[in-house]
This record gives sequence, C-alpha cells and structure tokens, in this order.
Amino acid sequence: MAPARKDEARLTPPDAPGSVGWTEAQTTRLVSADTSLALELGGSIGPVDVEYETYGSLSPSKDNVVFIAHALSGDAHVAGWDRRAAETGRTWRQKKPGWWDAIVGPGKAIDTNRLFVICPNVLGGCYGTTGPSSSDPSTGKPYGLRFPMVTVRDWVNLHMRLLDALGIDRLQAVVGGSLGGQQALEMALAHPDRVERSVVLAASARLSVQGLAFNAVGRYCILNDPNFAGGDYYDREGPAAGLAAARMLAHITYLSDEGMHEKFGRRLQDDSNGRPGGFGIEFAVESYLDHQGRAFVERFDANSYLYITRAMDYYDAAAAWGEGSLTEACRRIRCKMLIVSFDSDWLYPPEGCKELALALTQANRPVTYANVPSHYGHDSFLVETEKVGRLLRGFLSR
Amino acid sequence: MTQRPPPHIDPNLITDRSVERLPQGLYDRRAAELSKLLAARPQAPERPPSATRWQDEIIAREIPKGARVLDLGCGNGALLERLMRDLGVRGQGLEIDPEAVFSCVERGVPVMQADLDEGLRRFPDQAFDVVVLEETLQTLANPREMLAEMLRVGRRGMVSFPNFAHWRVLVDLVASGRMPVTEWLPYQWYETANIHPFTLQDLLDWSRDSGVRVVSGYAYENGTVRRLGTDDNLHAEEVLIVVEK
Repeated sequence: MAPARKDEARLTPPDAPGSVGWTEAQTTRLVSADTSLALELGGSIGPVDVEYETYGSLSPSKDNVVFIAHALSGDAHVAGWDRRAAETGRTWRQKKPGWWDAIVGPGKAIDTNRLFVICPNVLGGCYGTTGPSSSDPSTGKPYGLRFPMVTVRDWVNLHMRLLDALGIDRLQAVVGGSLGGQQALEMALAHPDRVERSVVLAASARLSVQGLAFNAVGRYCILNDPNFAGGDYYDREGPAAGLAAARMLAHITYLSDEGMHEKFGRRLQDDSNGRPGGFGIEFAVESYLDHQGRAFVERFDANSYLYITRAMDYYDAAAAWGEGSLTEACRRIRCKMLIVSFDSDWLYPPEGCKELALALTQANRPVTYANVPSHYGHDSFLVETEKVGRLLRGFLSR
Repeated sequence: MTQRPPPHIDPNLITDRSVERLPQGLYDRRAAELSKLLAARPQAPERPPSATRWQDEIIAREIPKGARVLDLGCGNGALLERLMRDLGVRGQGLEIDPEAVFSCVERGVPVMQADLDEGLRRFPDQAFDVVVLEETLQTLANPREMLAEMLRVGRRGMVSFPNFAHWRVLVDLVASGRMPVTEWLPYQWYETANIHPFTLQDLLDWSRDSGVRVVSGYAYENGTVRRLGTDDNLHAEEVLIVVEK
C-alpha cells in the first residue's frame, strides 16, 4: 500500500535496538510434487512452496506465536531489512524495512522479545509462494491464467499446514489488516480451536459493492493492456501500463479525500513550469500516483494482482460459515476478537467493521471494536502506528 | 373542543424600555436571604479525588462471581477490569469516546466503541446477568428506552445518577433562579451533558409504571453511603438503584 511517509521519517536501521535486524526468508515445500492441495472452488494444485519470514524465538512449548496475514500487495517481509534483497532481485527492499516495521520488533507493539512472529506469502502471490508466475509442472512454463482460482480459505488451509509443519498447534494471535484482516477473521472462524486472539484491522466480513467495483476496474486495466497476452507475458514485456493504472486507482481508495488534500492539495508539481496545458504530470497528486504505479510494476506480477483481487471479491464470511447470516457465522468463534476501523477509510468503511462487531455481540461473544480517528483512509492501519500499536500492545498482553 | 382564546399581548411589550424593566437582581437578593437560612445546614465536604467511584464499591459487592456484566458508558474500563480480576466476571463495555476505548483495551477490557443513543438493538435478550449504567442515564437522548433495553438484555440493572431533587440542588435553583451547579452537577446549562436531569422519585415512578421491581437502593450523602431511605428524594446527592423486571 502507500509508503508510510510518517514512518519513513523514523526508519529503524537494522542495527537499532528496535529492529528485528537483517531478515532472511525461508521457503518450504508444503505440498509435494506427487500430491496436491484441494482448492475451495474446485481443482487442486501441487507442488506448493511457501515463502515465509519469522522474527523472535519460538518458546519451548511453542505457545508464543503471532501469525501476521499480509494485505493485497503486501508480503512476508513484515519487519527488518532483507539480507538477500539484491540477490533475489527485490532491490526495492534495500531502501526501506518491512511494511510493518514500526509495529513489529524488539519492544514494539508486537514484541519480538516475547513473541514469535510468522508471516507467509499467500498462494497466488508473487513473492516466493507458488503463484501464476511459478512453473506449471505439466508444461514446464509459468502457469499464467492456468493457475487455479484461490480463496482466502485456501490460504488459511495452506497456512495451517505451515504451522503443522513447524509443530505449532495454537496461535496466541492472528493479526491482519485489509485483506489480511479477512484472513485473520477466516482463521478465527475455520479454526476456533487453534486461535486465541484475532485482530481484524480495516477489514470486514466481506468487501463492499463499491470495493468490488474498484477491483473490477483494476482488473480491466490489466486484462485490456495489449501486452497482457492472455497472461502469458513472462518471456516478454508485461502489461505494465495496465498494472500501473490498477495500482493508481487502488491507491486512491487507500487514501482519503481529506488526507490527499492535506498531503498534496491542488499544488502543482515543481517541474511543471507553471505553464498549464497538455496532459503531462502537472498536479502533485498526479506525480504521486504516477510514482506509485511505476514502483508497483517493479515489484508485483499482474497475474497475481488478478488472482488476489478475485480472492478478495469472493470472501464472504457470512455466506461461508452462516448460510448468509454473519451472526450465525460468529457463533463459531471462540477467540478474543479485536476489530479496528478508521473513520476516513472508504474501502472498508467503519460501518462494515462495526457490523462484524455487532454480529459478534448478537452471537453473544465478547468483542472489542475501536473506530480510530484518522485522516489516512484505509492506509491508516499501516500509518497510524502509534494508535494501532497501543491497541495491539494492550490486546496482545492480556 | 373549545379553542383557547388568543393571549392578551400588552401593546407596549415590544419596546426597548421593556428590556430595562426586567427584574435584574431580584433572585440574587432572595439568594442572599436564603443562604443565611441555609448557613445552619452542614456543608458537603469536597469530594475526595478518589480513584474509584462510590458506586463501584457497591457494585463490586452486589455482583455475583462469574456473572456476565455489560457496562454501558464504561469509560476507561476501571470498573470492569476490577470485576473481571476480582470476581471473574465476563465483562463487556460500551463507550463512545475513542480515548477511553484505548484505555479499556490497555486494561484488557472488551469494549465496543458505540453511541448509546443508537441503542442496544443488536444485543440479544437476557445476554447478561447485570447491566451497569453509571452516571450515564441523564446524558442520553432517550433514557426511558435505554432503561427498557437494559432490562431486556440483562436480568438486573444497576443504575446510578445524580439526584436532581437533592435539597442543595433545589435550593440552588430556587435561590439563584439559575440552573443548579453543584458538586454532582458541576456544569453550566449550556455545556452540560446532563440533558435529562431527573430525581429519585422520577425513577421510582418509572419503575412502578413499568412493572419494574427495585431490588435495593443506596444513597450517597456527605461522603457516606447508606441504604436508600424514605426521605432520600431530598437527601441523597447520588443514588444507585438495583432493578429487575
């Protein structure tokens, strides 16, 4: 999501006491080549590799585990500095630490002195876990659009296998924002016996219709880019313009009008010569979006964007677990729930988050729901680190 | 139905001079007389800056171990934290102020950020053993509905409130001719959150009219708490009553 400007001012260098330091991702084959993982919408996939990162030490009784679920364009690199950024070609990671570095680290809200943190990349993504850019064993070429549809439930199934492989039975907490928040909810619903706390930030039980519409336009941009080539673009120039446009649009939904007004106003870009006319980049906000679009193309795969936004569209906790009733679904939940919305978020508006909290109430479950005042829109869950940190620290310590 | 005749309006009423004729200072003179009379009465001590409210002490004694407790307008969650720690209650708070909600989370108290004026519609019937409504009823837009909802979602309600019929409040009103400003009602009329002030008698009337039983009651006066007595409509500064449907 948006680079957290507030955070960049206080980047923690790897040798600082609050940093998890240099990190190295691990990859494990969870589904071997001669077996396969059955998928929710039919079909199956195998082999499946999962790339994940961990911070802190696993206690001897393996009871100090916090699982972090990343968002749409996020990854397993939550905190610290990627030691292998150069050799893996993820050079953008050389400039800044992981996406939640302000929250995760020694002495931070998710305190790695005490907790063992784990975050895997999702199935269908483009950061080491099997996805559309991985090699299809039946053809020896990248899957492209032959990759099966995957869902939030498939992710949870796979991540439970990862925990099994590590001998971790119970999670002290699962924490996620946005699409990651939906994963945190799904874990609480699907595995009530394995989750003690679930933290759902800036997410609700399903995406709004407006959210579906935004995702549709994003995919339209990719699918109609002349370089998309039916998803088989891995040996040539990919759909960069389409992916950039999708990202630019999505970025607008991550901010708020007042936040944009504050950050850019109607200011012109310094190099626009002060002479209006033409269709180049004139306003500061145009320059910002252009930069975001370009930067995203450097680090994300268009096919993964299609698959993951679809998983986001399809997720509906009420339909999956309550035959349409969110309250019925919530009766499955046994863990402590923390739901946080941000008052300027219009991608997952507070109403939807509160609806989840009310459904838990109606299902007679204790619930904590906070609507945090912020100008940063949906991105607040990444940017409002002080407020989110306070909530997480309190919730995780009890 | 007979129509009421139109009011007689003095033709000189709407003049600049009428403003000058307003009885300025009248009530102040009476106030001086009254305060002489009242000097004989013992003055309430300054409320000590204590960490807990007196009601909390009573509530902690009244609530059975392991009860399910809903605290409406739970503030920073201190009461629920105490009840959860000492009595093992299953607590749930409701609070509108974001900063107070943060405090609740830091205390480990489950809290839902919500406006009580939106009601308790989504809480199931009889989901709680006790519903606590401390110093909040008089701030709500629809107190009667909240009282009814309280006894729908909970078996027992514990309501505390400043008693508007306490003699010092009455005297303040009568003597000054202004909205009372006292220890328990410390705000000016234009800034008070207490938009529905009421008296102990009002609440007792409500309970009678709604078929609600008053199980027990406590009065606070001059720094002491006692069982509610018959003349407490005049003497209780604050009241805590326990009600059941």
